[in-house]
Amino acid sequence: MTDKVLAQKDLRPGAVVDGFLLEEAIHRGGMAVIWLVTHPDISLPAVMKIPKIGEGDEASSIVGFEMEQMIMPALTGKHVPKVFGIGDITALPYIAMERIIGKTLQERAGTLPMEPAEAAVLCGKIATGLIDLHRQHVIHFDLKPANIMFRDAGGDAVFVDFGLSRHAKLPDLFSQEIRVPMGTAPYIAPEQVVRNRTDPRSDIFSLGAILYELVTGHQPYGEPDSTKGLMRRIWAEPVPPKVVNKAVPEWLQEIILRCLEPDPGRRYPSASQLAFDLTHPDRVPLTARAAKTTNAGWFKVWRRARFKGIPAALLKHAPPEGINSAPIVLAAVDLSPEHEGLADAVLDTVRRVLTTAPESRLACVNILKVSLMSVDESVDEEGRNLHLQRLAELKHWARPLKIEGERVTFHVLEGVDPANLLIGFAKDNHADHIVMGARGSSAKRRYLGSVSTQVVAEAPCTVTVVRLPQSEPDASVD
Amino acid sequence: MRLALLSDIHGNREALTACLAHIARAPVDRIIFLGDIIGYGADPSFCLDTVSTLCTEGVAMAILGNHDEAVFKPNIDMNQTARTAIEWTRDQLSADQIAYLQSLPFSITEGEYLFVHSSAASPDQWPYITRDRDADICLRFTDKRVVICGHVHRPQYFHALDRKPLEAFVPPANVPVPLLKQRRWVAVMGSVGQPRDHNPAAAYAVLDTAQSRIVMHRVPYDIDSAARKIRAAGLPSGLADRLYMGA
Repeated sequence: MTDKVLAQKDLRPGAVVDGFLLEEAIHRGGMAVIWLVTHPDISLPAVMKIPKIGEGDEASSIVGFEMEQMIMPALTGKHVPKVFGIGDITALPYIAMERIIGKTLQERAGTLPMEPAEAAVLCGKIATGLIDLHRQHVIHFDLKPANIMFRDAGGDAVFVDFGLSRHAKLPDLFSQEIRVPMGTAPYIAPEQVVRNRTDPRSDIFSLGAILYELVTGHQPYGEPDSTKGLMRRIWAEPVPPKVVNKAVPEWLQEIILRCLEPDPGRRYPSASQLAFDLTHPDRVPLTARAAKTTNAGWFKVWRRARFKGIPAALLKHAPPEGINSAPIVLAAVDLSPEHEGLADAVLDTVRRVLTTAPESRLACVNILKVSLMSVDESVDEEGRNLHLQRLAELKHWARPLKIEGERVTFHVLEGVDPANLLIGFAKDNHADHIVMGARGSSAKRRYLGSVSTQVVAEAPCTVTVVRLPQSEPDASVD
Repeated sequence: MRLALLSDIHGNREALTACLAHIARAPVDRIIFLGDIIGYGADPSFCLDTVSTLCTEGVAMAILGNHDEAVFKPNIDMNQTARTAIEWTRDQLSADQIAYLQSLPFSITEGEYLFVHSSAASPDQWPYITRDRDADICLRFTDKRVVICGHVHRPQYFHALDRKPLEAFVPPANVPVPLLKQRRWVAVMGSVGQPRDHNPAAAYAVLDTAQSRIVMHRVPYDIDSAARKIRAAGLPSGLADRLYMGA
């Protein structure tokens, strides 16, 4: 141990660690020092995070660094810093990684409250990053404005500091370690407070707390400094955001309060479903949450705490496949009169897909084809009526599915190129599965290519093409 | 160095062959057989010859398991089924093959790793490592950082930082698990020839010593043939049934 402390003291500009040249310490935090470094083989800007681990340190700080060393190299994609090297913790522990050029959410937020629309856009980017993180089996468990950055180039959200994170397929080094809730007081989810580290929806709660803070300037449950104070959020309800800031629209209150549901089962089942709502304000299914103007008084909260205790839902371990069990299913429906049979067949397939994934969400899409010439005219009265008529037909088509409000949305897309419209919609909304019909096979389709062929080839997800069974033509009749 | 770790083959030719074929697709530097080459299965002679040939060629090393030992040293702790199987097995083996088993060591070491069939604590008594406490005792009997063993037929890794309590982890297939360097580890391998973790596929692992990472693979194999031969040999039929259940 003594050697390590000395070695850390020797770190100064100009020192070389495993080929990395230390240039300047750009941040000295309580847990670690961040150095700007260069390496002859690496062209991207790089930093080295060197933890302060010395004699008598809390084991949890060592464990946090072990977690980062284990999880960060396992992650890929633009929402995490790229890792260049890992220093052996028995010699000099460090993580050398990409320097993110951009600002943290904390820096970006500035004076609160923020414009609701702007907050929704930022949190939409964070939710999009979470989709990628959760897909890679990692739960962050410490989302807060200081741990989220936005790249200057492109604006994508990047997560930093994985010290409290968990990889569902790797050992959780904190399972023995934790005696107290681990997380950051204003943002920690109720199940984390009772030390359940298995549920990706904990990150959804934290993002809800961040969004609440951005649009109201207040943290939904303040910043308690005791376990008892943290536990209040199991039974209490935050003051509805609209009450704090009248500028918060109903759809945004709906989203925030759904994220902050104490029972993970009542929150968004996945980051992609949250991202979907944040990017479609006019399609957010509103419930009683949207119009809420009061929250439970102290007596009600006290009674819940006294008589209900800790709900079983908070202690239940999320299934390991839970991270990816709530797909967004996109049903592309052709409503033209001559294709009713095909629309029914698509409905049957969609029903089967939804049955196997009860947490899934359905986006019903219809393409309103407009010719290049008439694009401008579609905004006129006639065009609007046609759009509304299609929406009504789409809802009518989905009625037999009998799925409730929060699980289904309807979209009429207008454009000239149906395949590209569908592919773009699937990409933008992180769809996991497209179900669509194929309108039979004709010679023309074979040569010119059909919509479904192009969607199958280019969509970023699974595609099911539904075809109506066709009777064999009688060969004896020419 | 990449080491393939194969434990508890138990005379299952089909499972062993499938694992060796799987290894051939992503070659390793050496194979370590962690004991119990024979017992239970219907092909002890084939499995033993395969192991000893690979060892003679210098591409593998093998250690002794309790079933291997029972062939030349009657073990009073064994249950009736295991004893029946051992008596049958003994009749299938030549004097040379038995002499080969007698030559196997209880353990071998490689850098910071100790390879042993049951536990570093009294390996000749064949204790099982199923709980934190067993792993803790095991680690007290060696100064190696990592102990790799088998014997239990259910993969499970135990790890601890300094003198903290051990934690258990069941490794998923195909995920490289870093054996974090500041921790000590006891990695209990799954079984090639008689898995008991409710997954009937053969289990083996690859250890990368430089990266200090271990990844477990599950290899499906022709259970029908292995089970049919067990029944045809007149071995207890439960030994065939359990291959299908992986339990």
